Amino acid sequence: MSQGWIEVCEVGEIDEEDVIRFDHGAVSLAVYRSDKDKYYATDGFCTHERVHLSDGLVMGSVIECPKHNGRFDYTTGAAKKTPACEALKTYPVQIEAGKVYVQID
Amino acid sequence: MTEAGIVIVGAGEAGARAALELRECGWTGSITLIGKESRAPYERPPLSKSALVEESEPSPAFILDETKLDRLRIQLITDSKVSEIDRNGRNVLMEDGCRIPYHRLLLTTGASPRKLALEGSDTSGVLGLRSFGDALAIRSRLLPGKHIVVIGGGFIGLEVAASAREKGCEVTIVEVGPRILMRGVPLPIAEVVEARHRSAGVEFKLGIGLAKIELEGDRYAIILADGTVVRCDTIIAGIGAIPETSLAAACGLDIDNGIVVNDKLTTSDPHIYAAGDCCSFPHALYDGQRIRLEAWRNAQDQGIVAARNMAGASESYAAVPWFWSDQYDLTLQVAGLPDRAATMVRRESPDGGFQVYFHLAEDGRIVAASGIGRGGLAKEIRVAEMLIEREARPDPASLMNPEVKLKTLLAL
Ligand SMILES: Cc1cc2nc3c(=O)[nH]c(=O)nc-3n(C[C@H](O)[C@H](O)[C@H](O)COP(=O)(O)OP(=O)(O)OC[C@H]3O[C@@H](n4cnc5c(N)ncnc54)[C@H](O)[C@@H]3O)c2cc1C
Ligand code: FES
Repeated sequence: MSQGWIEVCEVGEIDEEDVIRFDHGAVSLAVYRSDKDKYYATDGFCTHERVHLSDGLVMGSVIECPKHNGRFDYTTGAAKKTPACEALKTYPVQIEAGKVYVQID
Repeated sequence: MTEAGIVIVGAGEAGARAALELRECGWTGSITLIGKESRAPYERPPLSKSALVEESEPSPAFILDETKLDRLRIQLITDSKVSEIDRNGRNVLMEDGCRIPYHRLLLTTGASPRKLALEGSDTSGVLGLRSFGDALAIRSRLLPGKHIVVIGGGFIGLEVAASAREKGCEVTIVEVGPRILMRGVPLPIAEVVEARHRSAGVEFKLGIGLAKIELEGDRYAIILADGTVVRCDTIIAGIGAIPETSLAAACGLDIDNGIVVNDKLTTSDPHIYAAGDCCSFPHALYDGQRIRLEAWRNAQDQGIVAARNMAGASESYAAVPWFWSDQYDLTLQVAGLPDRAATMVRRESPDGGFQVYFHLAEDGRIVAASGIGRGGLAKEIRVAEMLIEREARPDPASLMNPEVKLKTLLAL
């Protein structure tokens, strides 16, 4: 894998339509596997308060924050429901040899 | 006089959320938010938790700040109590004599802590907790080694007790009921909470009432019904809250355990709405029975629905009741109304981090879920909430089996 890509886990370690937490140095991410078997990554913490989205519920392409039920489209980072109004930062994800990689700048 | 707009009485959770939503849904008229507290609307849940234990001087978690108020053209009037509603003239009268006309009026007056009353005892020094000022007063008493007695084993009392232990106080909880959390939480969860408090060193006096409180210098002697004496430095009462209905009652609106509203959150006057802790409403999920909640999300969501309806929509409020409580390292969550159930089944997370009880009605319908623990609890309760909303009849065996992903039951 080329520079800047960091191994997250084996593909099977994230259930379909679910999310896990991934910490790397100072950054904490939420890494998703969609209901269409695609992988995505966003900042781990909600943009409303400092609550980790990996405790939230994935429904289709949406992650719902466990604290106040704010929602984001995790494929684009866009905020979808108040009180979340600021977008989430997203990160590129790649699959290679059965492993999930994320690029943290 | 300016054109009558929307007036909101009570600048707390529901009032603030309503003001925000009015702009969100396109209301362009004036919005006046009136509150008797000196501060802009802020969040109350931290008052029994972080605000009591934080090292540094806490500041309120404001819901609305100056910039937002300006940008959204919301007029906030603080330090002002509304003393009367003139329904014929459609205006509210403030204590300073000012009258403000309304096109639509929203009452979000909340609830006030029930005051401890004991015949023959001076209870004026007993502290209650509702406002940021109350939290500061309690905080200043939570000094290491001081003995704090909490009257009442409900959520607020228990959270204050946990915070007081974290600050190094000696803590005793006196509860007249046979156990803590009698309302709305099943026994096994109350037992987990009690055990956690006991392991933290909290003492319990359960199933016993108060006889008398005596002042001993700057300390108190609490005499219990069985004659036991508990001496302490501070008494904090968490014995429930009473809905603030006096304004509504005085102008003739219907009252029944709160200001009576229908599913659209309209009171018995079609120009007046009510939302949050102050109102009682019929709940479609529970055979239209009238309930009143004292919960943060309900206050928010009702504020939002009332705002939309005042601006012309016709939405029904039927959200599943939900609340949480944080004590020590534990989080407790309840969705729905557990007391409407006939049976319950238990699921434990594979790693033992949390347990959830699903509460089922006689016909197998899931009416509530309650859980305690850490980590993945929120997800399970959230899915349960969706099952409750759909009036699902999930297979109890699947509910109990942690190998079965709860989400898969939604698809059935
Ligand atoms: C210490 C504490 C901890 C809590 N923790 C949790 C928790 O963990 N989880 C949870 O789900 N819920 C929790 N809650 C409950 C939640 O905060 C309340 O349900 C919510 O604040 C209710 O919102 P409200 O707008 O109905 O009332 P409030 O927020 O109480 O606002 C009502 C406002 O109206 C003002 N008012 C009343 N009468 C007048 C008048 N005549 N004129 C002008 N102003 C008036 C009052 O001063 C007050 O500011 C907690 C509450 C407290 C007090
Ligand atoms: S913390 Fe995520 S919505 Fe509030």
